[in-house]
Amino acid sequence: MGRYVARRLLQMIPVFIGTTLLIFLMVYALPGDPVRGLFGDKGGSPQVIAQLRHQYGLDQPILVQYWHYMKNMILHGDFGTQIASGRPVTDVLGDAFPVTLRLGALAFVIEFVLGIALGITAGLRAGRVTDNAILLVTLLLISVPVFVLGYILKVVFAFNLNWLPPNVNDSTNINELLMPAIVLATASLAYVTRLTRTSIAENLRADYIRTAIAKGLPKRRVVGVHLMRNSLIPVITYLGTDIGALMGGAVVTEGLFNIQGVGGTIAQSIVRREGTTLVGLVTILVIVYLLANLLVDLLYAVLDPRIRYA
Amino acid sequence: MTTIEEVVPVPSPRDGGTDGTPLLEVRDLHVEFHTREGVVKAVNGVNYSVNAGETLAVLGESGSGKSVTAQAIMGILDMPPAKIPQGEIRFRGQDMLTMSGEDRRKIRGQRIAMIFQDALSSLNPVLSVGYQLGEMFRVHQGLSKKEAKAKAIELMDRVKIPAAAARVNDYPHQFSGGMRQRIMIAMALALEPDLIIADEPTTALDVTVQAQVMDLLAELQREYNMGLILITHDLGVVADVADKIAVMYAGRIVERAPVHELYKRPAHPYTRGLLDSIPRLDQKGQELYAIKGLPPNLLRVPSGCAFNPRCPKAQDVCRTQVPDLLPVTEQDGTELVGRASACHFWKETIHG
Amino acid sequence: MPDVTKTDIKNAVASGPQAALQLPEPKPEKSRSLWGDAWGDLRRSWIFIVSSVLIVILLLITFFPGWFTGVDPTSGDLAKHFLQKPRLGNIGSPDWLGYDQQGRSVFARVIYGTRASIAVGFGTTIAVTVVGGLVGMIAGYFGGIVDSVLSRLTDVFFGIPFLLGTMVVLNSFQDRTTWVVIGALSFFGWTQIARVMRGAVITTKQADYVHAAQALGASTPRIMFRHILPNTLAPVIVVATISLGIYISAEATLSYLGLGLNGVSWGNDISDGGNQIRVAQWIMLYPSIMLIITVLAFIMLGEAVRNALDPKMR
Repeated sequence: MGRYVARRLLQMIPVFIGTTLLIFLMVYALPGDPVRGLFGDKGGSPQVIAQLRHQYGLDQPILVQYWHYMKNMILHGDFGTQIASGRPVTDVLGDAFPVTLRLGALAFVIEFVLGIALGITAGLRAGRVTDNAILLVTLLLISVPVFVLGYILKVVFAFNLNWLPPNVNDSTNINELLMPAIVLATASLAYVTRLTRTSIAENLRADYIRTAIAKGLPKRRVVGVHLMRNSLIPVITYLGTDIGALMGGAVVTEGLFNIQGVGGTIAQSIVRREGTTLVGLVTILVIVYLLANLLVDLLYAVLDPRIRYA
Repeated sequence: MTTIEEVVPVPSPRDGGTDGTPLLEVRDLHVEFHTREGVVKAVNGVNYSVNAGETLAVLGESGSGKSVTAQAIMGILDMPPAKIPQGEIRFRGQDMLTMSGEDRRKIRGQRIAMIFQDALSSLNPVLSVGYQLGEMFRVHQGLSKKEAKAKAIELMDRVKIPAAAARVNDYPHQFSGGMRQRIMIAMALALEPDLIIADEPTTALDVTVQAQVMDLLAELQREYNMGLILITHDLGVVADVADKIAVMYAGRIVERAPVHELYKRPAHPYTRGLLDSIPRLDQKGQELYAIKGLPPNLLRVPSGCAFNPRCPKAQDVCRTQVPDLLPVTEQDGTELVGRASACHFWKETIHG
Repeated sequence: MPDVTKTDIKNAVASGPQAALQLPEPKPEKSRSLWGDAWGDLRRSWIFIVSSVLIVILLLITFFPGWFTGVDPTSGDLAKHFLQKPRLGNIGSPDWLGYDQQGRSVFARVIYGTRASIAVGFGTTIAVTVVGGLVGMIAGYFGGIVDSVLSRLTDVFFGIPFLLGTMVVLNSFQDRTTWVVIGALSFFGWTQIARVMRGAVITTKQADYVHAAQALGASTPRIMFRHILPNTLAPVIVVATISLGIYISAEATLSYLGLGLNGVSWGNDISDGGNQIRVAQWIMLYPSIMLIITVLAFIMLGEAVRNALDPKMR
């Protein structure tokens, strides 16, 4: 196990370098300039611009910039400075991350509880009316783009029914976070349902379930112990990888509900061409994603005794 | 306060046969599967019985209905698609098909247990064998986790698994095929049932291990005086352990006989074909006999005798009239006890 | 690699003997292949029928928008039609679905917006299938160092959140034509197909008939494309069909974020309509319905194909 973790961590290094380099190149090699963007249409004096460019190291070759950036990040935990506000990116992140974390956690709970419950319901009745109805609902949920769903919920629950606030002002208020969390969770919820359903329906036909019934076990034990343990392994795995997606995938949702989280900050940085902020935030997301994947693989070995890492 | 003990309406075990009622009796059992292609008639009027301490071997190709019958007895058919339109399955005189689901569940595992063919897929891969064995005691006898584990180790010793105490927490995939099948047997034996149904218990095993597992099963059966239904397609396995044989073809029993009689004088061309297709040392160099054709398509069972398209002796009557399973007699008319054949020409087959 | 182990176990579990019924041999006179079987299944599936009908209609709208409306979707008449409400009785006429804040017919915009979505959806799917399929094939077939390099490269692109990546790329283009959007979506979208393809190739490569072909001296491209490719198509087709819907959804999302196509597109209209959401919900509503129907049609098609091609699901 230890050797496996070490090997996986080693494999993560090139991926980490590759991903950060890719995002760095995309941000800086593509046309557009954050300093010029700072002055808007008026345009600043050439000297000031040149000076700012020098100050932020934007006049150096791109690979040199990347090298300095990574060196600072790894040695000093310095992710650079947000040009527009002059604040360190770590500060910006410190503000945004807890917000996203709360939103993501709420969405995660929703997709976990509802997704597995719906999936089990459908899987145990595979091929019948309930199953087909749930199938149709999940297909529909996957098909509705996040921003459309957000609008629909806003119109119905905020404007027409007045049940929930349309925007989030206080991200610690669960009431306010509920609607965005539902929107964020929807697509994943549908996937969790499908995955659970398939897994349950497949395992239900397995020989060991037949054995469990032949042993004279009560139905709730057959389902609760023998069926669940096996069927939920792939679902847990999916949920693990989805944590990363929930963190980074909130761009649209956060924008829609005016939430100042990681996704919203990233979207802003893209539009404002805030290279350093963008690279810093994406780097964090990539680390979260890579670690989540590693954890999922290790979790797999815990859940399924047949898997042994060599 | 008086507590009225729940009277279990099943007589005390190990007395099967004394009062004339067999331990298990299957009467005119029909099973069909409703599939998209049509209705598959998997079992068409099967009758057989087993007494305590007796071994019945049910022989047939895949698709002959032998496993489906066993699953109907266990009550583990998936319904739907399966359906039992008629028949009775009497356990100690009581028809299990009319019992409540809960009563049947209590019989499963406790009074009737089953051993499956492929122990690797039949054991739960993510639970330790100790847990799976102990579960029998925890569910049916309400033992604690600890007591159940002790019982599990005892059972594993009983089926001769070396270092049982050390291996009780291992998972099925960590055992060899033979050891896994022993665990399956241990699980079936756990509550000392009256009847064990073994569905091809040795098919998935190496030939060398097959004999060991069969011997163990036979030994334990004698010891506990259990009834045993042994389902197989392997005539070699049957000869040593079975008392009587029922040969199935296309969902019907085509021949029934005490084991040695069947080998000596088969009364159905299908049985004869099966016996002739066993390789024999004394016929080395000769071409091996094979029954021509394929097993019947159960969606479209041939009219008349289902075996007629493959039968070397088929006449016109075989294509039109379904032969009943009738008693077989000697040439002089004396009845051969326990023998029956469903062939229009059983006389010619057995005597000529 | 743990992922290989996982697949193996899944296959091992799934291929265990089926519980109750040993079905009779298939009729010898009617031998059926995977594809023949799948087609038989598809024709009976209501999901397939509904989605195909929808897709045919969408393709007709894409190629012949003029058949459905005679109105120019870009010309508006502020004086006459500013935020005019829909007249739902007048099916097919310009005022059927109302007018937007520039006096343009919402119906005409819905019709003409179809082309953008369908073009992006098909273009991106074709691009990612070719690129991802090739990468996956090469990685899976050659294995070793080639596989390591290509797999890490796939990980790199997979590690960047899809929407964020495309946003960064599209943000540096002022003139976002269909090709630019397809390029940006494909740049980050090929990884999934590559992974599916790689897995399928590794499984197929171990088949005896591939070893036989190798032993008979077949050339590498011949083995790859004649022997392995046909057996890896099923999972790739399923993923491609479903992702076609996802790309249409992604294009609309990018438009909503202001980073999508320039020109008539549902995403742009939904985004514009969002600003009028309290006064004129129809501006947003009808493009949204159209978008959902379109995405749903392709996802349903993928679902039907998956059920037909995956024998485990039967």
